[in-house]
Amino acid sequence: MTIRLGVPSKGRLMDKTFDWFGARGLTLRKNGNDREYAGVVEGIGGVELALLSAGEIPRELAAGRLHLGVTGSDLVREKVAGWDLRLRELARLGFGGADLVIAVPQGWVDVDTLDDLDAVAAAFRRRHGFRLRIATKYHRLTREFLKEHGVADYQLVDSQGATEGVVRNETAEAISDITSTGETLRANGLKILSDGLIHSSQATLFRSGAAQWSEAHRATLEALEEKLGI
Amino acid sequence: MMPGPMGAAARAEAARLSALFESVGAQAVDTSILQPADVLLDLYGEDIRARAYVTADPLRGEMMLRPDFTVPVVRAHMEEGGDPARYTYAGEVFRRQETDPDRPIEFLQVGFELFGGDPAEADAEVFATIAGALSGLDLRPSTGDIGILMAAVRGLQTSDARKGALLRHIWRPRRFRALLDRYSARTPLPAHKKTLLAAADPFKEAGPQVGVRSRAEVADRISTLREDADTRPLSEEETALIDMILDLRETAPNVLSALRDIAVDMPAITEAVSGLRRRLDALSARGVDVDALPFEGSFGRTTLEYYDGFVFGFQHASRADLPPVATGGRYDALTRVLGQGRSVAAVGGVVRPELVVRIREGRA
Repeated sequence: MTIRLGVPSKGRLMDKTFDWFGARGLTLRKNGNDREYAGVVEGIGGVELALLSAGEIPRELAAGRLHLGVTGSDLVREKVAGWDLRLRELARLGFGGADLVIAVPQGWVDVDTLDDLDAVAAAFRRRHGFRLRIATKYHRLTREFLKEHGVADYQLVDSQGATEGVVRNETAEAISDITSTGETLRANGLKILSDGLIHSSQATLFRSGAAQWSEAHRATLEALEEKLGI
Repeated sequence: MMPGPMGAAARAEAARLSALFESVGAQAVDTSILQPADVLLDLYGEDIRARAYVTADPLRGEMMLRPDFTVPVVRAHMEEGGDPARYTYAGEVFRRQETDPDRPIEFLQVGFELFGGDPAEADAEVFATIAGALSGLDLRPSTGDIGILMAAVRGLQTSDARKGALLRHIWRPRRFRALLDRYSARTPLPAHKKTLLAAADPFKEAGPQVGVRSRAEVADRISTLREDADTRPLSEEETALIDMILDLRETAPNVLSALRDIAVDMPAITEAVSGLRRRLDALSARGVDVDALPFEGSFGRTTLEYYDGFVFGFQHASRADLPPVATGGRYDALTRVLGQGRSVAAVGGVVRPELVVRIREGRA
């Protein structure tokens, strides 16, 4: 009766996750060689380690195939419909911080707020005959945010990478993307709307509501929580 | 769980409703379940993606499982319909649910649509036909009229740009309110706009122009902002009249008399108010108890987005948590958009047979 803990399988997010658990007396380690995606947790019994892409962890948590998982809070909100009913945040880990923001060209000196974006979208559609395009990979979060704020006459276009470049390439007029310092946005001639913060994301430890939680699982979780001080 | 749309009782109820609508002269029409996504996206905007299932065909591109029948029926009518024309349809509609797993993702709809004819008579015919089809179910009707609010906005003593912005957001109450507050100077001009309008060269820090939206378009908007800053604020009296219309919540005859009082100060709504009177007369002639008919000034502003005139719904009297059993309204503007220049007066409504069955069997 082991608890399955999913953590990001590579990069800084993996290293920082290992550090965070390490600082609390738990050693996470990859099995054998670097290519393997299973691992061990030392310092507590009954916890199994699974190394997955951070983008897949939300889905695995929602399906209950992981009991616990570390991933970005933005990814959970984007990928799990009704996430707050299906998952619970156990701890915000204090790293992997990034903001999901709406950004427009710096040359749009008339645009500072969502209110401006909405007015520009109306004029743009009249003038060009199509809706102002916002490039993003965060479709749900962006759409809900714009609906909440009453922005109309836009369309979302999918962009899975190098989103900052789409305006220059004329495949979109604005973007909704993750940024940590805003440096890449500025370098690409973009600026963030003053009320354009959709979500402040960070690496977070989630608990699945769908996974099997037997007495033994719960006891292990309690021991784990005590060890982690959460 | 809601009973599935395949339930025999719901099918039988749908057939009963279809036969009833056909008996009053409606022609039965059929539409494809898969609809081209571009038309729906262009009409409803990105929000439709949250409510409709999108799929893709390798040759036809993005398709949607029909979220309702209105668009295909209007398109069919615009291609070959007469005036007046009555249609009925029955079948599944599909709705994505992003938040509430208890809401059905597919359910039956039976509709009755009337194109052309005298507007007041047509409104009354659709309402009375649907009310008749649902008699004995202990339903409470709701009515409203988006056309009165639109007429009030068009009659404001302000610029066309401001009227246009308010009309565009009639169906988004929160933004409508924010615009009204700004136009009546209840909220001040933001600091960013003050700085922008005061700048000798607004493009001094702009950097190079990138993207499709040209510098000329930005300059145009700055001119618009400048004109807007010079526009006299809406008077307290005018915004108070808009608020009075939005807050109306009374029986239809009482609303009519309140609106007549408002029309003294706001003559722009006179015609729309006469339209309401003619509709009430027509409803009364069809046996609707108009004296007890509720009317709400804000009804239909959040859920029934493309309606631009008469709006109505029928809700179970003691179960406000259930979805409405029937909804409908007038959508002249939608036919203008779909008709590419041509337009036709249109009013219609849909019934949900599953809910009728649930209520009739006392399971509601």
